[in-house]
Amino acid sequence: MNEDLPAWSLTAEAVDDIAIASNWPERVDRQWAFGGATGKGVDVCILDSGVDGDHPLVNGVDSAVAVVFDGDETRIVPDEEGDVVGHGSACAGIVRALAPECRLHSVRVLGSGNTGTGDLILAGLEYAIEQGYNVVNMSLSTTKRRFAESLHELADDAYFQGTVLVASAHNMPVESYPWRFSSVISVGSHEGTDSWEWYANPAPPVEFFARGVDIDVAWFGGSTLCCTGNSFAAPHIVGLSALVLSKHPGLTPFQLKSVLYLTASNTGGST
Amino acid sequence: MTKGNSYHEAVATGMLPSEESHRALLQSIVDVARAIFGAKASSIFLLDTATDELVFEAVSGQGEGDLIGMRIPSSTGIAGWVLVTGQPIVVDDLQQDPRFARQAAERTGYVPRALMAVPLVNGENTLGVLQVLDRTKDRAYSIGQIDLLILFANQAAIGLDLLQTARRARAVAEQGDGREAVVARLAALLERSEDDATGLRFLESLESVLGQLAQER
Repeated sequence: MNEDLPAWSLTAEAVDDIAIASNWPERVDRQWAFGGATGKGVDVCILDSGVDGDHPLVNGVDSAVAVVFDGDETRIVPDEEGDVVGHGSACAGIVRALAPECRLHSVRVLGSGNTGTGDLILAGLEYAIEQGYNVVNMSLSTTKRRFAESLHELADDAYFQGTVLVASAHNMPVESYPWRFSSVISVGSHEGTDSWEWYANPAPPVEFFARGVDIDVAWFGGSTLCCTGNSFAAPHIVGLSALVLSKHPGLTPFQLKSVLYLTASNTGGST
Repeated sequence: MTKGNSYHEAVATGMLPSEESHRALLQSIVDVARAIFGAKASSIFLLDTATDELVFEAVSGQGEGDLIGMRIPSSTGIAGWVLVTGQPIVVDDLQQDPRFARQAAERTGYVPRALMAVPLVNGENTLGVLQVLDRTKDRAYSIGQIDLLILFANQAAIGLDLLQTARRARAVAEQGDGREAVVARLAALLERSEDDATGLRFLESLESVLGQLAQER
């Protein structure tokens, strides 16, 4: 953005300076939002357990790094192991199915044991935001209160920078992060089996319900596994976001969330 | 652990239910979970933070009796998925996966067809994982089933928390060189003494001496 533009207040003379070019249709529908889109040109990050780029459902990974401990500090290193748990590939395959031409980037923060996971998630998210990825899939959360403030700051940085964070909601009565933050898009599951069916929730903190039931996801050795869980609902919204952003580059997270809302299955724009 | 906590835990040791009664609580949770879902087996894993491993703490059904105490690395398998992501997961058609089948057979001698798993969370801490294996086939999946399992998971998490607190407290009491353990040993001696009136009178006078010392400081 132009640095001369007002940042903290808007004078009457400056109103014309912030005219925002837009060609919003009278009614935002799915055809306008992502008709003909493939995700091309959009960078999607899978912040998870690594991604197996050779799996046919994943069909290639454009970059892969791992966050590791170097003493007490974390360090970003090239990822040569791929997916060590299976979870990241499952998420990546779902994104690929919806947005076949997006660029996938893997940032591995899970899988080297449970200890220190919160620190790895923080460092991985910081790295993903620095890279300027358009969308980050976070099918994970932490219950540790001491990470909440740093995660919150990172989520806000991402929001203002234009990186969309999509996090799976915790469907348990526990306080966990980052999905509860309003600067991320939080996703729970509905019971349907249509990947193009998603609902806007009028009663957040869960903002959208997407497909999370009975999904054949990528699994080790090129096979698939039939899985259910909010972990798999989030990548549906990630794939849809990649489609919208490939057709309308430059939408802010606020605008993207509005488009997802207007084209949800329960808001009348799902045609 | 602070000094104050150690004293509390040492004193509490004398009043704790036994390891067996905590185990019975966890066993009853997996028994009921198995019955509700008409499942072949149900199990609870405890996360051992010292070794970063998942340990079988309670098993109902297939593997009952053999698996208790068995350990797996904390981020492997479906239980590992659930632990590190903090998200409940349902998996079907597991037997199609040769890698999973081989690992499961090696570890437990039993390869489930389907599996439901939820993390056991108490406050900020993820304590372990609750699994239900091979629920009845005619029960199609519904989100309600996971919600039900989560209710059990809350119970199991409280049970695990009690078990861990009790173990920590016992460790304090049993450590011969832990100076706080003297409190627990005194409690145990009083418990065994036939003439506890004398012992209690002695402790009362010790209390007043300590009180006096505290005032003078």
